[in-house]
Amino acid sequence: MNQYIFHPFVLPFVLGMAFVLTYCLVGLVRVISQLPKDDRQKFLRSLVTPKTAWANIRDLFGDCLFHVKIWKRNPILGYMHSAIAFGWFMIIVIGHVMLFTLKPLEGVEVEGFARTFTNFYYPIFYKHFAEETPVFAFLMDFFLIMIITGIFIAVVKKVYSGVVGVKHVTKFGFADNMIRFALWTIFPFRLIAEKTDIMVFWWLYSIDLMIFMCMLPFTRYMHIPTEALFILMRHAGLNAREPRKGYALAQIYSCPSCGLCIDACPMSVNDKKSGNTSAYFMKKLRNADDAEAKRIAETCLMCGKCVMVCPVSIESCDIKFSQRAAIPYNIICDHSYFDVISTEAQRSGEISVTEPQVIYFAGCMTQLTPKIMRSMKQIMEAAGEEYEFLDKDGGICCGRPMMLSGKVTEAQAMIAKNTELIKKSGAKKLVLSCPICYKVFKDEYHLEGIEIQHHTQYINELIKNGKLKVNKGDVNYVYHDPCELGRAFGVYDEPREVLENVGNLRKAKSEKELSICCGGSLGSFNLTQQERDEITANSLDDLMYNHPDEIVTACPLCLKTFAKKSPVAVKDIAEVVTDQLIN
Amino acid sequence: MDSVDLTTFNRLKETNPDVNTCIACGSCTATCTAGNFTEMSFRRLLLMLQRGKEAEAKKMIQHCMLCGKCTLVCPRGINIRKILLDITR
Repeated sequence: MNQYIFHPFVLPFVLGMAFVLTYCLVGLVRVISQLPKDDRQKFLRSLVTPKTAWANIRDLFGDCLFHVKIWKRNPILGYMHSAIAFGWFMIIVIGHVMLFTLKPLEGVEVEGFARTFTNFYYPIFYKHFAEETPVFAFLMDFFLIMIITGIFIAVVKKVYSGVVGVKHVTKFGFADNMIRFALWTIFPFRLIAEKTDIMVFWWLYSIDLMIFMCMLPFTRYMHIPTEALFILMRHAGLNAREPRKGYALAQIYSCPSCGLCIDACPMSVNDKKSGNTSAYFMKKLRNADDAEAKRIAETCLMCGKCVMVCPVSIESCDIKFSQRAAIPYNIICDHSYFDVISTEAQRSGEISVTEPQVIYFAGCMTQLTPKIMRSMKQIMEAAGEEYEFLDKDGGICCGRPMMLSGKVTEAQAMIAKNTELIKKSGAKKLVLSCPICYKVFKDEYHLEGIEIQHHTQYINELIKNGKLKVNKGDVNYVYHDPCELGRAFGVYDEPREVLENVGNLRKAKSEKELSICCGGSLGSFNLTQQERDEITANSLDDLMYNHPDEIVTACPLCLKTFAKKSPVAVKDIAEVVTDQLIN
Repeated sequence: MDSVDLTTFNRLKETNPDVNTCIACGSCTATCTAGNFTEMSFRRLLLMLQRGKEAEAKKMIQHCMLCGKCTLVCPRGINIRKILLDITR
């Protein structure tokens, strides 16, 4: 009998574990030290704030172990992942519980450093050294079998992803494939070793664990330890300021390359490899492939659907933003001409009220679709509102396109000018027709005391409080959710309520947070017209799913993009309402 | 003519071949938000580059707000916003 509970087969595991723990510790220090000072303080403070601490605990269990978000999206994948993650976690936990309740082989006394060292591997290989009680034996076998069922689904998914409802999967390189194979074989080896106690299987089990641990930092499985850190940082309310440092780095390593964003990405219709999707963007960043990362960042439509479906909640659009900001465009902006613009000049020739209640900002895109402006005018007049146009004869841009190109400072000139004009008007409510403007007005403008509404919300309010009277027609509409109104601000119900009032609403195949970008987005710089057209066609197919008579949207850019290709009429929600006005 | 420096325009033609398809219709100029207040005109900007007047062209770009209306109205589907960014790269 050995004096210590030891067998050489534990060594590969011990080595692998020591390596991965050291690596993670160094990585943790690196990420935290890269955070800007104020972010670091914010992060550390959030750890002891009861509210965020509770959210941390909830999401650490909900996201890391039970994978609630995957369950909601696809129950089979949810089971697959949580069976492996939760099962493995339970085996480790129960193993450690046994450490304190089970007596090792009789007559063996282990103390001091040797005891600590033994504890390190004992829960992993205990079956070779001791007999457990029936309850523990049952629990351990139960969770081991659970993991193996999860792995079975994973193997099926690898062979034919369609079975589990996934169209596109991420293509992996050698390292990712090899570590996946190691992961798949760990548990069957353990099961066989435990049941038969054949030495070869104990060795295979241990070596498999070592391969997994040693390769983990260099593959997508790094998401296992990093996601925990990312959840804590996310709850602290940090922002990715640099594309490959601090918070962004934590997100890059948290990406499991699961590929759920590939099916979601509107650009996936362009090429089968879907090289422009977030999964590959994160991969390029991880591999420090700067040129490709920049290209993808500039190509992305910024529709935000990948962020919405991401089971880890990685804010890839924010990282793309910071990546864009790191591209050196040498445009020196000269926006001194803003000085000549004043509300008075904008009012020229227009009989206007002295103290308007509502100020209407059409924005560049609405200027290109004057029928929306005319409809809005008609609606506001029918409702008896005291309103004024901010940009009747063409104002300046809201600043969002400039921000989308990563030029945050330059956008400030536009933001300041528009703020000045709006405040001068004295209006208490700002109504916008363009979701692109709406996003920047909500996020970046400081308009204290002025309510900002998109015209869908405004019209809905007018109908609700009886100021606007409409007929219910018999046209069947389908509503397209513009990305920057829906996913960005969750304005899903107001436009639908308006449409229910003026006609019949039919459902699109993908709705609300899953709505597909029209393809016209200003977010992308690189997409060619042909690629955009393919995206538009795909989005239109989705909208036409229930054969509506008309497509209704609430974004002038979506309207313009769809109108070119749509088989049925495309209208803005304001036009539809104007058609059904009673007064 | 020989003294005209076309380096920028030639580079642009390589990275954005669609500049060759411009028919100088002026839709971009007519719709330009900045053009409402300044002399900004993409149609003229291309002409300037073709004549080697790079400095003047770059000066004109300074007024741009990148709003993208020009790109939307272009009947040839030229990605004008990207070209503007590429000129300054």
